[in-house]
Amino acid sequence: MRKSETGKWSKWMGGALTLFAGVALTALASQPAAAQGKQLTLCWAAWDPANALVELGKDFTKESGIEMKYEFVPWTSYADRFLNELNSHGKLCDLIIGDSQWIGGAAENHWYVKLNDFFAKEHITMADFVPATVLGYSEWPKNTPNYWALPAMADAVGWTYRKDWFSRPEIQAEFKKKYGRDLAPPKSYAELKQIAEFFQGREIDGKKVYGAYIFTERGSEGITMGVTNVLYNFGFDYDNPKKPYQMQGFVNSPDAAKGLEFYKELYKCCTAPGMTNAYMQEGLDAFKSGQVAMQMNWFAFFPGLYKDPNVGGDKIGFFVNPAGPKGHFTQLGGQGISVVATSDHQEDALRYIKWFAQPKVQQKWWEIGGYSALKTVVDAPGFPKSAPFAPQFLESMAIVKDFWAEPSYAQLLLDMQKRVHDYVVADKGTAQQALDLLVKDWTKVFKEQGKEVMVQ
Amino acid sequence: MSSQEVSPTLSAGETRQPGRMAMTAVNFTGATIERIAVQTPVQTRLRNAKYTRGLSDRGIAWLFITPTIALLLAINIFPLIWMIRLSFTSLNLSMSYLPLRFVGLENYSDILTDDDVWIRLQTTARFVICSVALQVVIGFGLALLINRQFRTHSFWTTIILLPMMLSPAVVGNFWTLLFQPQIGPFNYVIGLFTGIPPSSFSMTGEVALAPWTIVLVDSWMWAPYVMLICLAGLRSIPDYIYEAAEVDRASSWRQFWSITLPMVMPFLMLAVLFRAIENFKMFDMVNLLTSGGPGSTTELVSITLKRAAFEKWQTGYSSALAIILFVTVFGAANIYVKVLNRVKQR
Amino acid sequence: MTAAAKSTAHSVVEASPRVKGFAGAFVVLYAVVAILPLVWIGATAFKSQSDAIAYPPKVIFQPTLEGYVNLFTVRTRQTSDFIASLPPATTWYDKLVRNHDMVIAGPSKVVPRFVNSLVIGFGSTFLAVLLGTLAAYAFSRFRIPLADDLLFFILSTRMMPPVAVAIPIYLMYRQLNLTDTKIGMILLYTAVNVSLAVWLLKGFIDEIPREYEEAALVDGYTRLQALRKVVLPQAVTGIAATAIFCLIFSWNEYAFAVLLTSGDAQTMPPFIPFIIGEGGQDWPAVAAATTLFVIPIVLFTIVLRRHLLRGITFGAVRK
Repeated sequence: MRKSETGKWSKWMGGALTLFAGVALTALASQPAAAQGKQLTLCWAAWDPANALVELGKDFTKESGIEMKYEFVPWTSYADRFLNELNSHGKLCDLIIGDSQWIGGAAENHWYVKLNDFFAKEHITMADFVPATVLGYSEWPKNTPNYWALPAMADAVGWTYRKDWFSRPEIQAEFKKKYGRDLAPPKSYAELKQIAEFFQGREIDGKKVYGAYIFTERGSEGITMGVTNVLYNFGFDYDNPKKPYQMQGFVNSPDAAKGLEFYKELYKCCTAPGMTNAYMQEGLDAFKSGQVAMQMNWFAFFPGLYKDPNVGGDKIGFFVNPAGPKGHFTQLGGQGISVVATSDHQEDALRYIKWFAQPKVQQKWWEIGGYSALKTVVDAPGFPKSAPFAPQFLESMAIVKDFWAEPSYAQLLLDMQKRVHDYVVADKGTAQQALDLLVKDWTKVFKEQGKEVMVQ
Repeated sequence: MSSQEVSPTLSAGETRQPGRMAMTAVNFTGATIERIAVQTPVQTRLRNAKYTRGLSDRGIAWLFITPTIALLLAINIFPLIWMIRLSFTSLNLSMSYLPLRFVGLENYSDILTDDDVWIRLQTTARFVICSVALQVVIGFGLALLINRQFRTHSFWTTIILLPMMLSPAVVGNFWTLLFQPQIGPFNYVIGLFTGIPPSSFSMTGEVALAPWTIVLVDSWMWAPYVMLICLAGLRSIPDYIYEAAEVDRASSWRQFWSITLPMVMPFLMLAVLFRAIENFKMFDMVNLLTSGGPGSTTELVSITLKRAAFEKWQTGYSSALAIILFVTVFGAANIYVKVLNRVKQR
Repeated sequence: MTAAAKSTAHSVVEASPRVKGFAGAFVVLYAVVAILPLVWIGATAFKSQSDAIAYPPKVIFQPTLEGYVNLFTVRTRQTSDFIASLPPATTWYDKLVRNHDMVIAGPSKVVPRFVNSLVIGFGSTFLAVLLGTLAAYAFSRFRIPLADDLLFFILSTRMMPPVAVAIPIYLMYRQLNLTDTKIGMILLYTAVNVSLAVWLLKGFIDEIPREYEEAALVDGYTRLQALRKVVLPQAVTGIAATAIFCLIFSWNEYAFAVLLTSGDAQTMPPFIPFIIGEGGQDWPAVAAATTLFVIPIVLFTIVLRRHLLRGITFGAVRK
């Protein structure tokens, strides 16, 4: 560059740099405007029910004058983000709809406000709620009347299927010819595998389709939340029912290994290609784009799927997680709503919970896309007819089983994620080996936590 | 020349051609400088210059260096020391109600005797070696070709540089779309050229392919980096050496081996050093591309560290792992730089 | 080059036109193949949701601005009756969204995130360059004891994996209430950038002949005045180049951002991969964000071409 150009250019650069620096530092120095009026921040995951809750919350604002602000985070970073927040005693959330498995940590670390006194004062009885949800979302220690959350979102793993494909005469005929029984939603996993094999690679409407979609996600909790649906039904248990934390022979029993093998077989034979790290969203994508005949996913998504223009309405059907040789359970999902102990607005937050617990609000919650855990809503005579998936939901909530809710839950979960994904997707070792290593992992975690662990 | 202090150890490839220090490299602004330059003899009158009004030289030197060193001490060294202390404890942030125990070297022994950790280190080492090797081959090759200086070469060079300027996290994320067997173009393009059906393999999902996938994406991003450095090295070789070789009737192959390669070697080694350090630290691109999967086949040691520290909240354990990593990389870089200096001396 | 060299057809120094042709062809081929992924992503930004996840992948498609609209807005799905009951859509983007039975519920977080990237990027760059210039000048002009070791120490602070550095910083910031603050991130990025800045600026300042300062000093200027009047004007190009490299690092940084920020101070890199649509990632929106995010860097690269090599090697290699 010539002399004068250099001078101008450098002056210009210098000026621009200083200007931007000034802007940056000014923006830094300026405080965000102080919140006007009363406000509550509610933290949850970013999914359909959250949008429904926003709608519902408008009623609360009308009634109480308290404005609701929301912090929604995608599921894949939900645990990371909010465990981080709770850990650091952050002030972002006043109310949090935390995952059911966090309850142990939240109670022990005093992240949540204990709600027993509040419930007593406001005459909110836990007996009014579905027992499985109280156990799963509120209690810590389990099976003791210590409540840390109000059951907010009842959820479990269920299945959707392409009812329109199942009702095609030619498909029905072929299936009957091949397997000697009618094509219908499966009642057992053996049946499910048959149906999945039947649809795998079939040409429907000019496109190749696949049998089933199951969870395989590695990063957060996906594959664990998928595999437990099979494991429970093959005889897997977390520990000795008579001796807590005795895992040897229960986590890694031969039956459990068979269950794990079954999940892998299902994954290898009858799923769409490329689903090596797939959880809720990929399942919705796969089902909505017509790739799979049956999809494993959370009930929370079924209202949205039913409304979908491509695969909803008459085209979609629902069935409960099929039974296995040794049991019939389904993985519990769902969350309870809690007040964060470090919140500056506990009074208002409790007011929200009181409002949310009202039967009429719970009824509306169910109607607009949430899942109420209140008995008066789900036991109402009209409930099974209120939505096509309602009967399956009722049935599922009666057979739910949950993962560990210990304070060390994150470590337990991540260990299981690793061992299961290593075996199912990465072909490492045998199912028995994976479960044996898992027992070792979990023993170590519990020892760290100070529990008495019996290893034989 | 005047008091030029010892050049720092890493100024490799500094080709100080005679006469370089002349005015051509310097930009003049303002008439003042010209006036000074023209009027005052340029002979060193250092003695006078040392005693100036205001702060003495030493004062200024320390004043200028201190903020930087202080900031680095606060953000790098103090936390490092804290981390060393933490590594001897059992701190777990998600179970902070448990009493904090001093466990001595237990965390370290846990890590060093854990097979899984060694496997992660191996995975990381394999990633570093394969990706750097591939980048060196591609980068050097491209540099040789571009050095032929065909027309429009500078335009195409800029195009090749673009992947390097992206955020590695964003790159890892959008490559998951590109590698999708059903909806991504990569498999289809491979299918077009080789006839393999696109849905039959998954670059990020198969145990055999995933390690190569991360090498591939990393090389796509950083081969241009190596290319630039090699290009500088190639351009620093004076023409007369080649001309002399021509006169001696050395074949092109011979010229390549005896002239080009040795003279570019310091540059190549520098590129390898920087790329190796960066890839050892690699976290964002691989985490977003494969989440360390399938299973743990692409779980680099940074990903393990992140999970231990920020998902399992095992602060004590992860501090020990971090210290071990730091010592490893620091030691390795130290050795490498010494070798690099020796190569530079030749 | 001498005339003799020019005339030799087989000279290594100047390649023959045939060799040039081959070289050119290979390079162009590589460049085209290497740029294709970026072209695909750029195109995806203009696809509709269903086109973006269509299988087989669509090369020819109907372009739309949905991706960009989705990036900047938060939408909720409503029933068609509800939408019919609303006042008619006025703007083009409202119409676009209504076509999918959705209603715009407000702006998305992308603009605050972009602003965060700008603020944190420029803030940390400014500080790093300021500190770096001073330190580099000192290292260049004065005899500092243990200069080599100090410089290597400064460089070695960049050898630690960011995740490792983040562990104690996370704890430290928790105590100091600096988590998820812009100031915290600026401080951190400044500390990381200052090593790059010192190395680069030292190289630039080394190239400025001392004669001019010394002449100024002889003339009676103080050191500081000499620095201001003589060295800085000549170093402006180098300072600008250094600033841009520091900016690029802060701009693209992910590990610290994702571990230490979550809302207020979150920058674009942790935000972009988690732009979720109705089911799965909103690929057109992600592609749109990627495109917008990379434009400043591309501009800077073109501006910086002369200094690119120096910048990416910490000043060790100069053309």
